[in-house]
Amino acid sequence: MSAVAVHSLWTMAADPIEKIDAPKIEYGQLSPTLIVIGAAIIGVLVEAFVPRKSRYYAQVFLSVVALAAAFAAVIGLAAGGYGTTKAKIAAMGAIAVDGPALFLQGTILLAGLLAVFTFAERRLDPVAHGNRVDSFAAQAASVPGSDSEKAAVKAGFTTTEAYPLLLFAVGGMLIFPSANDLLTLFIALEVFSLPLYLLCAVARRKRIMSQEAAVKYFLLGAFASAFTLFGIALLYGYAGSVSYATIAQVVDGSIENVNPALADTMGNDALLLIGAAMVVMGLLFKVGAVPFHMWTPDVYQGAPTPVTGFMAAATKVAAFGALLRLLYVVLPGLRWDWRPVMWAVAIVTMLGGAIVAITQTDIKRLLAYSSIAHAGFILAGVIATTADGVSSVLFYLAAYSFVTIGAFAVVTLVRDAGGEATHLSKWAGLGRRSPLVAAVFAVFLLAFAGIPLTSGFAGKFAVFKAAAEGGAGALVVVGVISSAIAAFFYIRVIVLMFFSEPKPEGPTVAVPSPLTMTAIGVGVAVTLVLGVAPQYFLELAGQAGVFVR
Amino acid sequence: MSFPLLTATAALPALGAIATAAVPAARRTAAKWLALLVSLATLVLALVVLVRFDPGGDRYQLTESHAWIADFGVRYELGVDGIGVALIALTALLIPFVILAGWHDADPQETGSTRWRPTQGFFALILAVEAMVILSFEATDVFLFYIFFEAMLIPMYFLIGGFGDRAHAGTDENAAAQRSYAAVKFLLYNLVGGLIMLAAVIGLYVVAGNFSLQEIAEARANGTLDMATNTERWLFLGFFFAFAVKAPLWPLHTWLPNAMGEATAPVAVLITAVVDKVGTFAMLRFCLQLFPEASKWATPVILVLALISIVYGALLAVGQRDIKRLVAYASISHFGFIIMGIFAMTSQGQSGATLYMVNHGISTAALMLVAGFLISRRGSRLIADYGGVQKVAPVLAGTFLIGGLATLSLPGLAPFVSEFLVLVGTFTRYPVIGIIATFGIVLAALYTLVLYQRTMTGPVKPEVSAMPDLRVRELVVVAPLIALLIFLGVFPKPVTEIVNPAVEHTMSDVQKQDPKPEVEAAK
Repeated sequence: MSAVAVHSLWTMAADPIEKIDAPKIEYGQLSPTLIVIGAAIIGVLVEAFVPRKSRYYAQVFLSVVALAAAFAAVIGLAAGGYGTTKAKIAAMGAIAVDGPALFLQGTILLAGLLAVFTFAERRLDPVAHGNRVDSFAAQAASVPGSDSEKAAVKAGFTTTEAYPLLLFAVGGMLIFPSANDLLTLFIALEVFSLPLYLLCAVARRKRIMSQEAAVKYFLLGAFASAFTLFGIALLYGYAGSVSYATIAQVVDGSIENVNPALADTMGNDALLLIGAAMVVMGLLFKVGAVPFHMWTPDVYQGAPTPVTGFMAAATKVAAFGALLRLLYVVLPGLRWDWRPVMWAVAIVTMLGGAIVAITQTDIKRLLAYSSIAHAGFILAGVIATTADGVSSVLFYLAAYSFVTIGAFAVVTLVRDAGGEATHLSKWAGLGRRSPLVAAVFAVFLLAFAGIPLTSGFAGKFAVFKAAAEGGAGALVVVGVISSAIAAFFYIRVIVLMFFSEPKPEGPTVAVPSPLTMTAIGVGVAVTLVLGVAPQYFLELAGQAGVFVR
Repeated sequence: MSFPLLTATAALPALGAIATAAVPAARRTAAKWLALLVSLATLVLALVVLVRFDPGGDRYQLTESHAWIADFGVRYELGVDGIGVALIALTALLIPFVILAGWHDADPQETGSTRWRPTQGFFALILAVEAMVILSFEATDVFLFYIFFEAMLIPMYFLIGGFGDRAHAGTDENAAAQRSYAAVKFLLYNLVGGLIMLAAVIGLYVVAGNFSLQEIAEARANGTLDMATNTERWLFLGFFFAFAVKAPLWPLHTWLPNAMGEATAPVAVLITAVVDKVGTFAMLRFCLQLFPEASKWATPVILVLALISIVYGALLAVGQRDIKRLVAYASISHFGFIIMGIFAMTSQGQSGATLYMVNHGISTAALMLVAGFLISRRGSRLIADYGGVQKVAPVLAGTFLIGGLATLSLPGLAPFVSEFLVLVGTFTRYPVIGIIATFGIVLAALYTLVLYQRTMTGPVKPEVSAMPDLRVRELVVVAPLIALLIFLGVFPKPVTEIVNPAVEHTMSDVQKQDPKPEVEAAK
């Protein structure tokens, strides 16, 4: 027996090693996300290496340039046809580059850019020990009221980490609506959620409340993420894949080449229904739909107001984008199951947000409940399940995010000795004292209320029209009723500002730097342009209304 | 391309509003003059529209059509028929008087902050309302109409809530609270009406695929657009509800007395004589044209509601202690007549209703503005605080009497013609309703004459003994209105000539013919 033969008793020749293909990454088509995340990493390095004095300028410059460059990249991709004819799945099936993704990415980037302006505002708070300060804590790690905090304030520290955190959040939000498999979806969710939890906690004033808000947001958010992850696991069990396209094929039964190892469990409807419900639940948490809205008022109230504005605008855009893609790409075959549920969610969200908002006495909580009601209106468009439904939701999100950032930017201006004066009673007579600021805020409120000639009306009309055409006429009726209820509390604020006598020791309106003025100015301009001449943007949203699969 | 006359008629006051608002705080008087000049120039343009309009020509004239929001199927489409022309002329006519009558209503009481400019705001808002009202009379695109129908609530709301009547029984704080209540009530009623209409507007789009009034009406007439009976009825109700709130029709009327009571007299005129007309106008233009079958279906109920408005409004007017609220309830009664005329579905009824809109605008303006002058002199709105004014201020009393007589439709004054037409038009088809409605006239005599008797006759109360008579500015406001009331009372032909062809079109939309006179039918 030869040596070779003996050897062959307990070994056998392996197949030649298969060549593993290097993953193909379309850097050009992913450039918006890559630019933002790259800049975020550079921002971390800036924190580590740049002297404290120049960090603020370096960070603001870096963030503005990165977001503007990423927006330019989105425009470039859209102009190159990636939103329509050349829409495709990139990054080995992980990311979709298509109309809705590009439209929402553009919206998120612009919202992020305006948010950077409000983050960078340093003229509103009084000068502390010779240093101009922004809305963020001097040193997030120091205990509120402790000596170390006082020392940090005295030394003029500022939390410039806010900018890289914002960039990371924007990066995650860019991926979220374009994620094309469930794992990417989950990673994007975490990438944008974690920085937001942190940002909520770093308010300069009312720090305890801010930290409380962050803890609540984090705990509930972690809970929702866990739901999502569990749902993803169940969906994987159902379809044997996390890819959107494959799951969709399994749902409508058109799958070929079934992996025999999975054949037994594949197509188990219990897994599908429970899994889909859990993933959708996680997304509804992020959009703040009733009954997953409990975190919204506390977090909106406690977070530093620039962060609230950013969160309210951009998170909603990203989360609705992901929800749309999930429902329209992965689960269209299941729409007879999810539509009734979403009907119910939309109705309670619209009515719940509008009714509870009536009793609010804090402007930030009021806007929080109003954002819940708006989530309900947008859901009405989501339920339409038509191409018009998609484009109307896209348009609404774009219109809504500018109004929101502008409105929260105005909230940062109204201040008294304790910082921002957010209690409604303090806003009494604001119109007498500062007619311009009050008028601007009134424009935003009218847009929230959906009065004609503002972007809010165009958006509301678009989603209601889509819903009515999609056979959800009853939702439209509930929608107009809750609009009427909602109008009541927007109007109440206007009454307070213009028709009440100013209180003697009421708040003052701080004169902001051009940064906040830009954010507010852009907000007003977009609100009026989208209200009076929305055609171009509706067309844009209409072209962007088709998902790639 | 011809000169866009209709756009210009609305754009002028809109631009004037912006210009007035931009006048610096110290140049208050300049702002007033600017607003007055703009409103007069608008009147000139409205008269050009009136002259250029050919009563025998096409149904919609001076039309303009431009693409606007293609995604929603919305076009910027304007056009006027006879009814629209008459109401545009009325609006443009009344606004200068409103501005002149409110000359001092918005002067700042304290000279404090330099940035708060109530005077500029007041006149700018009036012009803004004028622009939106004119556009809603001109729009032949349902969506375009809806936008201005809704948007005009905002300036109106600020006018009511921001510039209250200074003659208030209670304290300043009390007055502010009541004013704000009235403004919010006004807005919520109308906003709810408008939002329900929004649902119907969307429904109409889903059914018809576009918003063009002419296209939809044509498609309805030649049968290419078929609506299920129930769909048509629901859509009709959605539209009608909004218009009935605006008009206002019992039981949706309760905002009007509050709003008119708390607003200054010129703003009250703006509400009842101008803005509310959009509601009745829209019933004629949109409800009847778009939903003829449903209109006929709803007629009995609407007639009964209108009848209740007539009698109930008049009864409550009799019982009022507050002069302005009395005029408000009288207006509710008059709006009942207008709506009854529209839904009687006879040509006399509808021409009468249109004529009534014009005449009611002029007569209420005269009565209310004189009442406003009276109230500003004494500082009280309560009837009981007056007495014997005619001895102290005979001209004021005389003009007040003529305004009152016009309100009770005395023959020889303009409202008589229209009320007569409405009653005849209703009687030929619905005799019982016509007969009951005449009680409204009797009650009208009661509330106006009792009002006159209590305030103007009798012993002179000490508080009014030093009351000055009408000033030149006030005379300039009242005299032309009274002249117009008398002129249209004896010679209503200019208005009826313009209105009648439009009414015939509407009658053919609902495919109704006037009932034959019974004597002739019996032959």
